[in-house]
Amino acid sequence: MAINKQVANVEEACKGVRSGMTLMLGGFGLCGIPENSIAELVKTGVNELTCISNNAGVDDFGLGLLLQGKQIKKMISSYVGENDEFERQMLSGELEVDLIPQGSLAERCRAGGAGIPAFFTPAGYGTEVQGRKEVRMFKGKPHILETALEADFAIVKAWKGDSSGNLIFKATAKNFNPLMAMAGKTTIAEVEELVPMGELDPNEIHTPGIFVQRIFQGEKYEKRIEQRTTQPKV
Amino acid sequence: MLDKNGIAKRIAQELQHGYYVNLGIGIPTLVANFIPEGIEVEFQSENGILGMGAFPEEGDEDADLINAGKQTITAMPGSAYFDSATSFAMIRGRHVQLTVLGAMEIAQNGDIANWKIPGRMVKGMGGAMDLVASAENIIVAMMHTNKRGESKLLEKCSLPLTGVGCVKKVVTNLAVMEIKDNGFYLVERAPGVSIDEIVEATDGRLIVPGDNIPEMDI
Repeated sequence: MAINKQVANVEEACKGVRSGMTLMLGGFGLCGIPENSIAELVKTGVNELTCISNNAGVDDFGLGLLLQGKQIKKMISSYVGENDEFERQMLSGELEVDLIPQGSLAERCRAGGAGIPAFFTPAGYGTEVQGRKEVRMFKGKPHILETALEADFAIVKAWKGDSSGNLIFKATAKNFNPLMAMAGKTTIAEVEELVPMGELDPNEIHTPGIFVQRIFQGEKYEKRIEQRTTQPKV
Repeated sequence: MLDKNGIAKRIAQELQHGYYVNLGIGIPTLVANFIPEGIEVEFQSENGILGMGAFPEEGDEDADLINAGKQTITAMPGSAYFDSATSFAMIRGRHVQLTVLGAMEIAQNGDIANWKIPGRMVKGMGGAMDLVASAENIIVAMMHTNKRGESKLLEKCSLPLTGVGCVKKVVTNLAVMEIKDNGFYLVERAPGVSIDEIVEATDGRLIVPGDNIPEMDI
């Protein structure tokens, strides 16, 4: 019998997230972000958070909401534009920021979940990113040592899920979500559609339920678009 | 002299049948509009799609389907979605044949700077460092000089680096150059641009192999 991970609602899902913790939050820009859980963290007022997320949202949506409430102490990201409050807090020194090449960020999350403590990558060699990291030559090319990332809670968003915690993502809303799901001590998954166990085709699962501890269906999804680009209808 | 579309058109001539290509933000994005007839290429966007298509028609935007510039896009038939680690495995593992990106500065040894201006808001490198460190073939698309008229082709970059010794070719509004023998090796001139004008606009070491530098055929 499969293990049931379903929780009643977002309040129950986010129970135990405390001030000072390290969180991973899935998403690329505003695409595939766990918007219900973020709203809940705003409500509970937890602060001094270290947030590992590719981006930092926009002023009034996504992680920008946690920034508005000064709930984040440190951001670990690859790109943080598009956010005035972020800029203000960073320049005033209120917010600590660690910028990481996007591929290294993804692999560090994956490694954290996969039991690989560190790996060598060519990305960032000879740049500020190298810092004091160990350098080694492989196949005649310099690489730097990057360490795995882990989090007290990983909070991810999927398209569909079942009560066993199996997840299916949609289009490019997948991005960092499957990797972060692997790297959380506790992983919270919010989904657009939660189905009873047995209703998802095992052939189509992207994230197996073993990586997910709590799952719930988000109450509503705004799914805001950051750069609406179109061409005229022909 | 070329405009931004002209630069993109010239770079599109470098596309070969069967290539997987990653296009950066800005001029590189325009390359997709000039794919030579009769060849098949697929565009990869590092947020997790192979087979990126055009912008959607009004009303067809999907919040779950964007490119790395966070713009709404469409997917071509035969496309695939994947997570960010798989995406950079394609890049680091050299499964993507060509990367085209913009730059603020290029040095004559192939160093590139395009992510940070000290003292100004730092937005981050995104995927640029992973791309330049790994890609087999990197073409830079940019204007030859900056807004103040200063050369962007230098002996040494003054801005913080994105990658070292990685650029293979530079296409600007004035010229096509290869990075070779610690210099910018002039290959083609833009239509109507003289060698002297290119020399004038280049601060780094420009290698001019003879007086007969061909004009771009675009």
